[in-house]
Amino acid sequence: MEVLTDVAKQTVLKVQDYAKLSARSLTNLFTRPRYGEDTLQQMDDIGVGSMPIVLLSGFFIGAVMVLQTGTQFQRFGQVSLTGDIVSLALVRELGPSITGLLVAGRCASGIASELGSMLVTEQVDAMRAMGTDPSRKLISPRVLAALIVVPLLTTISVFVGLVGGMVASVFSLRLSATTFWQRAIAILQFSDLMQGFTKSVVFAFILSTVGCYQGLNVRGGTQGVGRATTQAVVVSSVMIIVADTFLTKLALYLADKL
Amino acid sequence: MDSLSSSSIAALRSDSEATILFSDVWFGFDEGPILRGLSFSAQPRETVVLLGETGSGKTLTLKLATGLLRPDRGAVHVLGQNVSDKSEQELLRFRRQVGFVFQEGALFDSLTVGENVAYCLEEAGASEEEITPRVEEVLRFVELEDTSGQLPSELSGGMRRRVAIARALITHPPIVLYDSPTAGLDPITSQAIITLILRLRDVYGVTSLMATHRLQDGFALANFHFDPKTRAVRRGASADNARPAITRFLVLRDGQIYFEGSPEAMLNAKDPYLQRFLI
Repeated sequence: MEVLTDVAKQTVLKVQDYAKLSARSLTNLFTRPRYGEDTLQQMDDIGVGSMPIVLLSGFFIGAVMVLQTGTQFQRFGQVSLTGDIVSLALVRELGPSITGLLVAGRCASGIASELGSMLVTEQVDAMRAMGTDPSRKLISPRVLAALIVVPLLTTISVFVGLVGGMVASVFSLRLSATTFWQRAIAILQFSDLMQGFTKSVVFAFILSTVGCYQGLNVRGGTQGVGRATTQAVVVSSVMIIVADTFLTKLALYLADKL
Repeated sequence: MDSLSSSSIAALRSDSEATILFSDVWFGFDEGPILRGLSFSAQPRETVVLLGETGSGKTLTLKLATGLLRPDRGAVHVLGQNVSDKSEQELLRFRRQVGFVFQEGALFDSLTVGENVAYCLEEAGASEEEITPRVEEVLRFVELEDTSGQLPSELSGGMRRRVAIARALITHPPIVLYDSPTAGLDPITSQAIITLILRLRDVYGVTSLMATHRLQDGFALANFHFDPKTRAVRRGASADNARPAITRFLVLRDGQIYFEGSPEAMLNAKDPYLQRFLI
C-alpha cells in the first residue's frame, strides 16, 4: 500500500512539474529576455530537418489511402468520392497526427537527448551560474519553434498527401486528376481546416514540452539520457494520440453546435 | 605587468565585501542529509580549500554558495547578501558576481571557445566592441589566445579547464569557486591550472573556495605566490604585505567540518583520519 502511495505521489509530482514547465515555456514568451536567434535555429532544426520524412510519408500515406478506399468505392461505382474521403481524412486527422508523431519521433527525442546531455555535463548548471534562466534559453525557443513549424509541416504534409492520392487515383483507379482535385477541395469546410490546424498546434506543444521535460529531468548519467530519449518519444506519442481523440470529439461537438 | 587593466585590479582590491558565510547549513536528498550544520566563513582575498572524501558534500557546498541549490536549513551569505532567501530571478542577477569553475569545465559544446568565454557578457547585453577585447584579454591571461575559434571538443582536458577559468573570469568576479579544478589531469597540467589559480588570486585578488581531493593543490596555493612584476611563481607569501593571501583548509566529514586550520596545522595533525589525506 505504501509503495502504491509513493508511486501515486511521484506521478502527481511529475505531472505538476510538467505543468509548471509547460506554463513557464509560454509565459516566458511575453517577457524579456527573448532568444530570437535560438528560436530561428530550432525552427531550422525542427522544420527544415523534418521536411524529408514529412514529405515522403505524406505522399505515400495519401497514395495508400486512395488504394485502400478506392477499391471499396469501386464496388459501389462511387470512385469519384475518393477525393472527398482522402481530403477529409488528411486535413482533419492523418495530416496533423502523422506529422505530429513523426516530428515527435525525430525531435522530442533530439530535444530530450540534447538537454539531457547538457544536464549531466553540468552545462545547465553553468548556464544558471552565469545568470541565464534555462527555461528562457532552452525551453521557450524550442516550444515556440515547434508551435510555428509543426502547423507549416502539417500543411505541407496534407498537400503532398493529396498529390500522392491524386497520383494513385490516376494510375490505379483511372480517375481524372481534375475530378480528384475538384472533389478534394470542394468537400473541405473552414471547420475542417481549423480542426487540423488546432491539432497540429496542440501536438507541437506536446512534443516540444515533453522533450524538454524529459531532457531536464534526466537521472543517472549517460544511461539516464538514453532512458529520457526513449521516454520522450513514448510519452509524447501516447499523449498525441490521446489528445487527438479528445480534440476530435471537441471539434465534432463544436461543428455540430455552430 | 599582467594583461589585465590596472583599474580593474584596483577596483577589485578595494572590494571589502568579498566574503562567504555559511551558518548552520543543512542539505540533503531523499536518502538523508549530506550536510549537517555546516558553518564556516571566507574572508576577502582568502583561499579556502575544501577537502573530503567523495560524497562528503564539497560540490554541494560550492553550489549552495552560488545559490544553485538551496539549503534545507540555515543560511548562506555571499558578498553580504543572503543567497538562501533570494528568488531564482534575483539569483540569476546575483550569480554574475561569482565565478564558478565546474569539475569538467561544463563548457557549452556547441559554442566555440570565444563564444563560451563571451557568453556572460553577451547575456548581460554588452556590445561587440566591449566583448571582443575582454575575450582576448582573458584568453591571453589563460594563455589560450589562439583557440578562440575552436570548439571545446578540439581541446585537451587541461585546456578546457583553462577556458572554464577564463569564462569564470570574464566579469571580473570578486569570488571564484573551483570544483576539483585538477581532477583527472596529469601532474604537469595540474600544476599549470594551480599556477593559473595563483595568478588569479595574486593579480585579481579574488576570494576563492576550492573543492579538491588533492592536498598538494592546497599546499601549492599556501606555499607559493605569483609575482606580477616578474610574471613568475615564487615560493613564500605574497610580497603585498598590506593584503597577504591566506590559505585555510577545511576538511568535511559526515556533513560537518572535521578540521579547520592553516596548512601547517593540517601538516602537523596527529589525527589518523587527517593523516590519511597526507599519505
